[in-house]
Amino acid sequence: MTAQITTSGIPFDAQGQAEESRRRDLAMQAFVRDIAMTNAVQLEACVRCGLCAGACHFFVTTGDPKYTPIRKLRPLEQAYHRHVGPFAPLFRLLGIAPRVTAEELEQWQELIFDSCTLCGRCTLACPMGIDIADLVKQSRHGMFAAGLIPDRLELMDRTTKLWGSPATPAEDFADIIRETGEERGVAMNIDKERADYLVTVAPAELTEHTKALSDAAKVLNKMGYNWTYHSKGFEASNIGYLNGDIELQEKMTRQMIDTAVKIGAHTLILPECGHAYGAARWESARWYGEKVPVRVIHMTEFLDEAVASGKLKLKQINQTASLHDPCQLVRRGGVLAAPRNVMKALGLDLKELADAGAVGWCCGGGGGVVSNKRADPIRYRAFELKRRQVEDANAERFVTACGQCRITLNLGANKYKWDKKVDSLLELVADNLID
Amino acid sequence: MELLQFSRGPALTFAIAVFLLGTLWRLIGILMLERRRVDAEARPGTPTPLAAAASGVLAKMWPHKTFLKSSLFSVLNGYVFHIGLAISVLLFAPHVLFVKSLLGISWPALPSNVVLAVAVITAGSLLASLVHRLTNPVQRLISRIDDYVSWAVTFLPVLTGIAAVAHIGGRYETLLAVHILTVCAFLIWFPFGKLMHAFLFVLSRGTTAIRFKQRGAEV
Ligand code: SF4
Ligand code: SF4
Repeated sequence: MTAQITTSGIPFDAQGQAEESRRRDLAMQAFVRDIAMTNAVQLEACVRCGLCAGACHFFVTTGDPKYTPIRKLRPLEQAYHRHVGPFAPLFRLLGIAPRVTAEELEQWQELIFDSCTLCGRCTLACPMGIDIADLVKQSRHGMFAAGLIPDRLELMDRTTKLWGSPATPAEDFADIIRETGEERGVAMNIDKERADYLVTVAPAELTEHTKALSDAAKVLNKMGYNWTYHSKGFEASNIGYLNGDIELQEKMTRQMIDTAVKIGAHTLILPECGHAYGAARWESARWYGEKVPVRVIHMTEFLDEAVASGKLKLKQINQTASLHDPCQLVRRGGVLAAPRNVMKALGLDLKELADAGAVGWCCGGGGGVVSNKRADPIRYRAFELKRRQVEDANAERFVTACGQCRITLNLGANKYKWDKKVDSLLELVADNLID
Repeated sequence: MELLQFSRGPALTFAIAVFLLGTLWRLIGILMLERRRVDAEARPGTPTPLAAAASGVLAKMWPHKTFLKSSLFSVLNGYVFHIGLAISVLLFAPHVLFVKSLLGISWPALPSNVVLAVAVITAGSLLASLVHRLTNPVQRLISRIDDYVSWAVTFLPVLTGIAAVAHIGGRYETLLAVHILTVCAFLIWFPFGKLMHAFLFVLSRGTTAIRFKQRGAEV
């Protein structure tokens, strides 16, 4: 165990044996390396109006001002003003841009990891347009470099490096796919040498959500497409992206995209996972340039297109339903209409939550928070917001398009003995195909 | 008389020089940083970067409905003192004359008593923003020295301007000199602190809007 406590009583984890001063230097170097023009503009623009606080579920549900989004950026801001900004030499000379201390970094671990789901609601609320969520994610690069991330996340990082997935060794993947197909009586494709569609998965689909594996297959088979799962590129829920491990992020991105290219796929379908979409759809350009060699789409976009093309006919459920908008897919990904279109095609009468679409509340577990045990108490507080809105909408079903959101919402439901089941949009589609 | 000459002469010249050079230095310093971000291919139908940035700058003029409740005071009060400052600075006859003497351009002014009333409201609004900063737990926690200095160098010119126009608290020349000196303080502080948001808001709103519009997401 590496769990420790700062002098101000805040728990933190530390990895490796580095001295505190070394950790601080590593974090600073990573902070500084990351800052380019766009984020410098944003780090300069804050007017300290505090409006971002009212958008953050962790502040709203606890009332504790320490969770104010902009405050989470303090180490990054300090690094910027001391080492990068236009007046950095002057500020250093006058001693008005203090050095970040190791103690501060340790203290900020809780703010950068435990109490930020990277949901971006604060970004939407900020009158200066500062993308706070993106800057928190960037802060994680420095924290990772310093060996100052929560142990639970570091464990997933290590496992992914070792296994190629946080859920299972890559060599077991093909077996899981075959077994799931056999169990559920669905024809599966695995490791085909040529295919038009490469289908990828999220870790939960290899453990508790295996139905999603056969459901995706069912839909693609129905469409008559040439598709495959592939042991060399299956893991989409990029742990590096969440942890601030940029090398791992690159590795996981390349595994999927290079495999898609190798098998001649024109489309890579991401699973029902929000962060997978953030990492692969919007950040793979970092390594491939603007034109990523394969089309990257989320399962929800795929379903929307399939329904719109008329190739996928669905039975009508004829019930009312509310939708939880996954933050990375909707607010930060722009996929607002697709899930609603698919719900309509299923004959679901949408009862929107009071805050829906771009302003929807986070499930509380994104950004690795659900995997970070230490964050359970505030995560459950955040869940309360969602639960209230779902109850107020009073629909028969509650649907989402992200496995991580589903896990978080179900954990919340169990904790509060709430009898609402969270449906996966993909599962609803697969269960209602017209033969 | 000497103080007035000093404030109008060397003090103001120095302050304007610091303002111009400092502002340019900061803006160029930021804009010269590497542009490293490579954005993924935009969705079809994405507006041009300029159109996206412009729509983002406009969209952020007013909060989304859902955020309005928690931000109503700050938003409304913010509008009051920003507009109040603009009117007091730009539409007061002696200010218009001063600009004319400096740059040779002029525009119509508002009657002095109207501007005085606006300035009083502006001062009240600025005071309210300070009280909010000191009493609201979030704002108090996140405030830096810059926030208080920036507040002071904005408030003092308004206060001394009111005093000079209303002839309260001393000889007119002295009040005017003090008013100009507070304006100098404003100009000197401007490039170094958050007052720069007067320029930076366009850049920060714009850059975020460009990226979000490429994704088809709201700003
Ligand atoms: S809302 Fe934006 S400008 Fe206001 S304090 Fe938060 S980050 Fe700063
Ligand atoms: S991204 Fe979400 S969780 Fe993180 S600070 Fe912003 S509103 Fe809070």
